[in-house]
Amino acid sequence: MEFLLAILIGLLYASGLYMMLRRSLVKLIIGLILLGNGANLLIFLLGRITKGKPPIIPEESYNFLDAYADPVPQALILTAIVISFGLQSFAIVLIKRAYKVVKTDDLDQMNSTDEFS
Amino acid sequence: MIQHIVLYPIIVQLLLAILLLFSWNSVKIQKYISAGGSIISLLVAIGLMITVWNEGTLTIQAGGWKAPFGITFVADAFAATMVLLTAISGIAVSFFTVGTILKARLKFGFLPVLHFLFLGLNGAFLTGDIFNLYVWFEIIIISSFVLITLGGEKKQIEGAVKYFTLNIFASIIFLTAIAVLYGLTGSLNMADLALKIAALENRGLVEVTAILFLIGFGIKAAIFPLYFWLPASYHTPPPAVSAVFGGLLTKVGVYALIRVFTLIFVGDAFLENIILVLAGFTMVAGALGALAQNNIAKVFSYLIICHIGYMILGLGLYTEAAIAGAIFYIIHDIVVKTNLFMVSGLIYRIKGTYSMRDLGGIYAKYPLLSLLMIVPLFSLVGIPPFSGFWPKLSLITESFKIDNYWLIAALLFGTFITLFVVARIWAEVFWKKGKKIPEIQNFRYFHLLKIEKKIEIIGPIVFLAIISLYIGFGAENIQQLAMRVGEELMNNENYIQAVLGK
Repeated sequence: MEFLLAILIGLLYASGLYMMLRRSLVKLIIGLILLGNGANLLIFLLGRITKGKPPIIPEESYNFLDAYADPVPQALILTAIVISFGLQSFAIVLIKRAYKVVKTDDLDQMNSTDEFS
Repeated sequence: MIQHIVLYPIIVQLLLAILLLFSWNSVKIQKYISAGGSIISLLVAIGLMITVWNEGTLTIQAGGWKAPFGITFVADAFAATMVLLTAISGIAVSFFTVGTILKARLKFGFLPVLHFLFLGLNGAFLTGDIFNLYVWFEIIIISSFVLITLGGEKKQIEGAVKYFTLNIFASIIFLTAIAVLYGLTGSLNMADLALKIAALENRGLVEVTAILFLIGFGIKAAIFPLYFWLPASYHTPPPAVSAVFGGLLTKVGVYALIRVFTLIFVGDAFLENIILVLAGFTMVAGALGALAQNNIAKVFSYLIICHIGYMILGLGLYTEAAIAGAIFYIIHDIVVKTNLFMVSGLIYRIKGTYSMRDLGGIYAKYPLLSLLMIVPLFSLVGIPPFSGFWPKLSLITESFKIDNYWLIAALLFGTFITLFVVARIWAEVFWKKGKKIPEIQNFRYFHLLKIEKKIEIIGPIVFLAIISLYIGFGAENIQQLAMRVGEELMNNENYIQAVLGK
């Protein structure tokens, strides 16, 4: 499981970076989304995966009897997902707006702010 | 409960932003709330500063969960200073916004978003939890995205695409770094992390994590190879927005760098060398960029990069006096850079252009205003006794102590180019005879404005000019503050003790 996840995270980061390096705005956003998902899974993986052991203390005892799944990474991922959801929806509106205003989705054409003026 | 004051700067800005949202329909009420609220938050920040100065580091645990399990808010001298600076430039920007931003922009929620930005800044300075820092960073960037795009001009949208991409990318790297850090230590509390990282055996992985943090924060702070988004985007929004961005946003990155590298990843010669090299290149690259530009807002953008180098240099030298120098530089820089972008806004109002080639003749027309605008420009160079001189003095002395003449050369080169650029701005914009520029239709030139509008534009510039004069002439007090911050940062046991209560 860990091994598969590690490979998946590597693939997500690699494909995210590859997409970011393309010239199209849409691919840029897709790249950012893939990278964000990779980071979320990385938190999940590095928080150590424990199967089928929810962090709940049984009714008759006062502390945990054996190893349990760490709930913190899941809370972190939840927060990160919500944040990236907001940012991504902003990004999609922004590229739509950029396409309308600049009339291209080629990043190489969007260089008027870098030009000497 | 005296430690509750730690949360007040955050709560005041949050309440302000919410109040502003509720008065969405009336721009006039929004203006009064924003101005009044900024004054209140300045008073709160002064109160926090005084309390921290007298009582030492204050901490509060959210929800009463003991550190390291809950989220901690910490106000040490560094955080309190940054909150105070945010409030000072916040008050100036709030008034300047009211004077310069078009009504159409104000109608679509400019002021609430501005206060959400200040909320994020205060939160980032006061938090003691690394994941919480990430959340505050996101609040800052999403508010800044709205501010940079609001208005939707072509150049704004183009600048926003670059600004947006690099900032999100930086956030993802920051998140990756947090993931690795959590995997290594199982903790998120910065004080607890400091102890656990110091005890780790696997130094290689610690260094990798540190480099991830350096890249993530480095993009936000615009250090040497990672700064290209800044000059491409900072000149595109209205000057009031550029003023906040130039004054405060890059400094949050610097704050995070200084915090992380003085608290968590300490005593690593390899990292310090990397930071020193980056600082040297940042100073030279920023200075060269500023030299080549013609648009004054772009010149100031490159000068931001150049001067970020000085702060990073103080961090890289890693002695008490050098860090104090960096802190002094941050104090000086936030005030001056905010003011410079407001000055560029005033110049634009007077002439209707940012191009140095077309500008000119401002001194002949407005001699007193020109003298006012020279104050931030001279402070920027640091002609003694103006404010930029003192921190450079301690940075150069500390560089001499480690016999690194390349760094001194880079620092002096950066300063010299800044002087040259300022002289050029003075000659081209103020001194030389003005050309006839074709008048822009429907543009509200400065001389056409009503007197109260003029005061709203000039007032904040005067306010910040007085503060930077104070930083220059009252350097002893500021140096005392900077020394105390430097001492606290170098001895991180105090911070850890205050948070964990051991």
